[in-house]
Amino acid sequence: MVKGKVWKYGDDINTDVIFPGKYTYTIHDPNEMAQHALEDLDPGFATAVRKDDIIVAGKNFGCGSSREQAATCLKFAKVRAVIAKSFSRLYFRNGINTGLALIQSPEAVDAIENGEEIEIDFDRGILYCKAGTFNFPPLPEFVLGIIEDGGLIAHVKKKIAQAK
Amino acid sequence: MGKTFVEKVFSKKMGRPIKTGEIVEVIPDIAMSHDNTAAISMIFREIGVDKVFNPDIHVIVLDHASPAPSEKYALNHKIVRAFVEKYGIKNFYDVNKGICHQVLSEEGFALPGKIIVGSDSHTTTYGAYGAFGTGIGRSEMAVIFATGIIWFKIPESMKITVKGKLPEGISAKDIILHIIGNIGSDGALYKSVEFCGDAITDLSIAGRMTIANMSIEMGAKNGFIAPDKKTLSRLEPRAKTDFEIIRADPDAEYAGELEFDINNLEPQIACPHTVDNVAPVSAVNRKKINQAFLGSCVNGRLEDIETAASMIRGKKVNKNVRFLVFPASMKVWQEAMAKGYLATLIEAGAIVMNPGCGPCLGAHEGTLAPGEVCISSSNRNFKGRMGSREAEIYLASPASVTAAAIAGKLVDFREI
Ligand code: SF4
Repeated sequence: MVKGKVWKYGDDINTDVIFPGKYTYTIHDPNEMAQHALEDLDPGFATAVRKDDIIVAGKNFGCGSSREQAATCLKFAKVRAVIAKSFSRLYFRNGINTGLALIQSPEAVDAIENGEEIEIDFDRGILYCKAGTFNFPPLPEFVLGIIEDGGLIAHVKKKIAQAK
Repeated sequence: MGKTFVEKVFSKKMGRPIKTGEIVEVIPDIAMSHDNTAAISMIFREIGVDKVFNPDIHVIVLDHASPAPSEKYALNHKIVRAFVEKYGIKNFYDVNKGICHQVLSEEGFALPGKIIVGSDSHTTTYGAYGAFGTGIGRSEMAVIFATGIIWFKIPESMKITVKGKLPEGISAKDIILHIIGNIGSDGALYKSVEFCGDAITDLSIAGRMTIANMSIEMGAKNGFIAPDKKTLSRLEPRAKTDFEIIRADPDAEYAGELEFDINNLEPQIACPHTVDNVAPVSAVNRKKINQAFLGSCVNGRLEDIETAASMIRGKKVNKNVRFLVFPASMKVWQEAMAKGYLATLIEAGAIVMNPGCGPCLGAHEGTLAPGEVCISSSNRNFKGRMGSREAEIYLASPASVTAAAIAGKLVDFREI
């Protein structure tokens, strides 16, 4: 069970505002990436965000570029999860591969208020907020395997080690 | 019941019938990466294998910030060159070649029926040649370097039929902006979109690339246009390998079917700060601009530059406008030079730049200051995309970009 404060944003939050393109080939350190998280959407976010905070957003979160830093920067900013009405497919893949928890629940997004504290029970797929309790669907088993291993790279390293 | 394009492509690859919703692991036919190969090589190193699984499926193009605008970018390129050398990657194109999607097309890697992945969201472009093209992340590309393998969930398919005859001067860009404006940035979320109809088959290959390129801007996993005689005559001299044309069965089942009629289509423009914020140009008429950008993987091809040159011949770029022209590749550059288009543009006051992404992602070569307005032939107008987050980006066709460069403001190009 995790508990965190909500940062709520609107629809179509794109990868350029999550992690600006101008840094994509010059910043390699994930902690430095975290300092630019959401820079063009909410310039105060990166300094004010606390461990286990949760981002809540509308439809099509992460649309735009394939840049993985848009997931990495939130993970290293210690964001615990992103809850959205829907995710772009590239963001969804990048989230899984970097081990950032992504929850799709349009009902919960409508109910959750900016700034409130919510609780998430990942094992049982339940989310508790002021307005009530929401269930979210589990991920396919194949995908859960990647997340359980701690992201794609750890997953592949494990598979390579097993094959040897 | 018949199968859709994606079902057939993956059935062929797997050697067994594959259905929508299944998760499969495949070795892609082509895996493209660009400047981000430096970052990918670091993840590859972390995986800890000592060789690249199959160097020949990889194509690497330096295009995003080329030539390097700063020491950091220069180091980035240096890392990529060393990686290419060390692991024997033959298909490497340095900063003098052009934008990755244009280069892969010109060099004959984009072929019907192939599965092409790229660590770039506009990898959907190859659907114009009847390939399955889709973007993937950096870690996924590092894993392909190490093991060759990537997983996919077979998406639902959606059919978009575009009917009618394009009015004079209206282009593929107007069609795709019109569609995105209608269905929204998530209108095809996660879907494989098959484009068909006489308005699509009438388009040149360059126009089809514009359509497939921007299918990601409506959330699609890939965009597909069935190959025809035009495609084949283009591929004949350049195809790198054999290929097989794959198209959907006539009785395939779609999760959605849409139809558009473009007989009376007006010039379209995507207003700040989302690609689906589309209006006819007449709705934003007379807004003053500071920069006009003609180029990118959407609209930097020969016919786009020809449009600009023929419109601007005998006229001048407005004195308050920087008109930046980026041919999509060196090949386009040479052809445009041989045909005299570049001379015409320069004569009129345009700045002709080197092939590459240019200012498209705000890294260099024409970034925007706060409060500035740019009309761009590219595919994204997100806040901060081309520099300042207080700048405004409008997306439109090469004809609309050129008209604005001449007028100094957004205008219907038919007035010029
Ligand atoms: S031209 Fe722009 S959209 Fe195309 S590959 Fe380059 S940066 Fe991406």
